[in-house]
Amino acid sequence: MLEFIQQPWSWYISGALIAGIMFLLLFFGQSFGFSSNLRTICAAGGGGKLVKFFDFNWKSQLWNLVFLLGAILGGFIASQFLSSGGAVIISENTIADLSKLGIAAPISAQPNELFSLEALFSLKGFLILAFGGLLVGFGSRYAGGCTSGHAISGLSDLQLPSLIAVIGFFVGGLLMTFVLLPLIL
Amino acid sequence: MKFVKFLIAGALFGVVMAKSEAFSWFRIQEMFRFQSFHMYGIIGTAVILGAIGVYFIKKYNMRDLNGNPIMFFPKDRSTKRYLIGGTIFGLGWALSGACPGPMVVNIGYGYLTMIIVFGFAIVGTFLYGAIKDKLPH
Repeated sequence: MLEFIQQPWSWYISGALIAGIMFLLLFFGQSFGFSSNLRTICAAGGGGKLVKFFDFNWKSQLWNLVFLLGAILGGFIASQFLSSGGAVIISENTIADLSKLGIAAPISAQPNELFSLEALFSLKGFLILAFGGLLVGFGSRYAGGCTSGHAISGLSDLQLPSLIAVIGFFVGGLLMTFVLLPLIL
Repeated sequence: MKFVKFLIAGALFGVVMAKSEAFSWFRIQEMFRFQSFHMYGIIGTAVILGAIGVYFIKKYNMRDLNGNPIMFFPKDRSTKRYLIGGTIFGLGWALSGACPGPMVVNIGYGYLTMIIVFGFAIVGTFLYGAIKDKLPH
């Protein structure tokens, strides 16, 4: 059993569990949308004094911050107790494409070229991490949600705005992958 | 005590993101290059099961554990904000290889440089709030 859990989980088990988490939150009287936490953190940090958008009763969103803490804990549990410690097995084609951009084949879950301390302390490496985060934070609130709020919750509720947002996710993602990344890396 | 269930749900989410490898930059690159079914399988399964479940919740007016009806709120109608906002999000998703949830899962997993990414995601949200009235919605 433990051996089974330590292997990477298949897409159908993972997808079913994500739907399960969405239902769990609905059953708890809330909804699945992670990026709202970014707004809540701005509000909790006193952002409401500067910007009206952050002047709301953020304490009503405490449950979601607790969910965020749980997600950190879950990552820790996975790495400490449920991992076989292997590299992510990705497609040979992806490995070949990424090697042309100077990213070596996986030896863990993340490329050292982007996420190691050495990368962080180079100007280019820092700017990549900073801009990546900045775009995600800006875009998710502009679009009114991220992958959980739009792609999972919104599409499950057959919401057209969520479909438009997901199309946008792919327009941006493809533009970055095929046009900008080769210039950046 | 009422928050414990959210901590457990969050931990389950974190474990699933890590064990499905959806928190990996490599998996997101593989997805945007259409070179594996993995990520599409995860999201597709979640959406199909999610849509079936939501259909039955609505059909039978199911209630949450406090006895309140489970409500779904239609999002505001617009094309601009979802398309432009979504595109900006997608640019960041493909660059950092993580959306907001997986960012913090990475931090827990031990990829501490994701703290920088998550920190700037907060800055990005703040920037949006500061200039949102000037943006097309």
